[in-house]
Amino acid sequence: MGLKGGLGARELGGLEHNYLLAPGHTACAGCPMPVIIRHVLDVLGKDTIVVNATSCSEIISSQYPRSAFKTPYIHSLFENTPAVATGVVRALRAMGNDHTQVVIIAGDGATYDIGFGAMSGAMERNEDIIYICYDNEAYMNTGVQRSSATPPLAKTTTSPVGSKIHGKVMPKKPIVEICAAHGIPYSASASIAYLPDFKAKLEKAKAMKGFRFIDVISPCVPGWGYDPAISIELSRLAVETGMWELFEIENGKRKDTFKPGQLKPVGLYLKPQKRFKHLSDAEIAGIQKGILERTKIPLLKS
Amino acid sequence: MNPPNAKPGTSVENKTGSWRTYRPTVDFKKCTKCGICASFCPEGCINIDPKTGAIIDYNYCKGCGICAKECPSKAITMSLEVKK
Amino acid sequence: MKKTLEGSIAVAEAIKNCEPDVAACYPITPSTHIGEHLSEFFANGELKSYVNTEAEISSIAALIGASAAGGRAISVTSSQGLAYMHESLFCAAGMRLPMLIVVGNRSLSAPLSIWNDWQDSIAERDSGCMQFYAENNQEAVDLAIQAFKISEAVNLPAILGMDGFYLTHSVEPLDIPEITEVQKFLPKRVSAVKLDTKNPLTMGAYAFPQYYQGFRQDLHKDLLSAKTTIKNVHNEFAKQFGRKYGNGLIEEYNTKDAEYILISMGSAAGNAKDAADELRTAGEKVGVLRIRCYRPFPSEDIAKALDGKKGVGVFEKAYSMGAVPPVYADVSEAITNCKSRPQLSSFVGGLGGKDVTVDSLKILFGKLKKGVCKEWV
Repeated sequence: MGLKGGLGARELGGLEHNYLLAPGHTACAGCPMPVIIRHVLDVLGKDTIVVNATSCSEIISSQYPRSAFKTPYIHSLFENTPAVATGVVRALRAMGNDHTQVVIIAGDGATYDIGFGAMSGAMERNEDIIYICYDNEAYMNTGVQRSSATPPLAKTTTSPVGSKIHGKVMPKKPIVEICAAHGIPYSASASIAYLPDFKAKLEKAKAMKGFRFIDVISPCVPGWGYDPAISIELSRLAVETGMWELFEIENGKRKDTFKPGQLKPVGLYLKPQKRFKHLSDAEIAGIQKGILERTKIPLLKS
Repeated sequence: MNPPNAKPGTSVENKTGSWRTYRPTVDFKKCTKCGICASFCPEGCINIDPKTGAIIDYNYCKGCGICAKECPSKAITMSLEVKK
Repeated sequence: MKKTLEGSIAVAEAIKNCEPDVAACYPITPSTHIGEHLSEFFANGELKSYVNTEAEISSIAALIGASAAGGRAISVTSSQGLAYMHESLFCAAGMRLPMLIVVGNRSLSAPLSIWNDWQDSIAERDSGCMQFYAENNQEAVDLAIQAFKISEAVNLPAILGMDGFYLTHSVEPLDIPEITEVQKFLPKRVSAVKLDTKNPLTMGAYAFPQYYQGFRQDLHKDLLSAKTTIKNVHNEFAKQFGRKYGNGLIEEYNTKDAEYILISMGSAAGNAKDAADELRTAGEKVGVLRIRCYRPFPSEDIAKALDGKKGVGVFEKAYSMGAVPPVYADVSEAITNCKSRPQLSSFVGGLGGKDVTVDSLKILFGKLKKGVCKEWV
């Protein structure tokens, strides 16, 4: 599948920039979050209003007096995006606009933690919103503090590696399932390394009404501690090792959208990352065991 | 009356190419114009010219190396940026 | 046409006739009845959109979104609910988003109390939102209609305070302006700055130190200049509907020849007027100054009204813990502009529903004569 296969590349001469997220944003080199946003807007198109939570995605894109967003965009606070989006879409519909998509872009802190109440409310009301969580598994904007999206044992500045406690203790919230349990029409996970899968999910969400949620893994160069060139590679390895499953729950029915036949050893995913550097062989083996039990996919024979 | 609003797409004024330490160079002989580099470029600053191949806008390229890493035909190489 | 209605229902009727695009509410005593009635209007197809939010913080967030999209937006709350909106009030004002928040004024915990005072809205005085206080339910109805118009003219949020229970739950005959009349006074909102896919804009950008203070200073200046709009809208309303409340910012009651004046807000000012009437009958030169608009603070009008008076007392149902009462502090600053400055006293009372009777206010007038006094009464 090449350029014509819907990867979102532009066939253009010269240096014209016609993405709905302009260059000149100030994300760290190698940050995959702008890639996620760009493809979201690519699928949703110009008739889209972005509601952004306070996050890296906000500070890299909308530093006064400049903005990277070419669609209408609003940011107000950290915890309130699902309710802001509710207000936007309700007002649009009340004023006779029944076509514009309202999309939330928020990090895992806003989604799993501080904004979860507002999100739960919007889901319970089944507001006509698409919600994209770029999940970098910690509070990166404030300097890598743990969130309820941080995977167990990962080191963050507030789940440090101490003599008694070794990184994060609690498991990661199963957010896709939690959202689906609200009875919303669509809840899915995605990885940009599997771009056609991600875009198919976006297309599916776009065609539906009601609250639609997609959680996209978004490796963080400084937060996870790795070489910026491997952001996409890590997004891929997360799926290939079973750390990140690609699935969707449509009207309550779960379906794996991509399932590796055999899993790569999880060490391939963990070892390039500084946040897992402290792990002992026994801890890695424990993670591996957990993955095999959860996914029921056999480990690749080397 | 002065709300903190901004004009869309004006981030293009930030020439983030100045951040670059490593510079990607495209070997057009190897480039198959598949578009994968452009798809994954975090800056969205790679276009595919149907005649030549991947064109990188160095005004914005931060030199992350994703394009080189993801290129299936190894057409992009990273080398230390020589500052003028 | 006059209808005998509970204050909350009357205000809900007035809001309905303002044809908001989005109402977003969360129940909290004593403002709950307003939200209930709005949801009933929605159920009957008389309101375009009603959002049952899961918390007040989402009510105001929905207002931020609705207003940014160019809609007319309303919420109602009280006490902890308004406190829960705190950061969003600053944000809504800073983003210059018009909206109306009707507050059934109530005390703040702890201890828990559902009864009336003004600590809730006065705690939000620094937010950049306008604040109005209604003396009675007719004024609450009229202010709701005026507040939408003012808010949308100056692009700032408005808080309309009505005393919990004293107003929200009292029943009296009221004139609810007909929808056709309201439409003439308050046309559909037209906003040039909004979320519009045909004319994209980034709203709510963040500002580095070279810009931030400038934005905040502009907000202050614009809030101050809103006073002219508030007066104009009030006059326009008076012309069309025949009801007038002072000059829109303050109301002076027998102040011209008065030697002693009691200042207050909300329904307490009504009691103060009764107290002053009784004392006038006994030959005492007393009057009342009611602050109708607390933010922006009408310093100039207050200084003018108080110039040359012997004694002035501020009666308020709020306190700035560890300092002085807030309305008193503002009036103290205002009278520095008097040529002949009156002696200023402060009375704090009515917190958490503590009774404020006409007789108790008569006593305060008596205290003014004896000199400067600072008391919790």
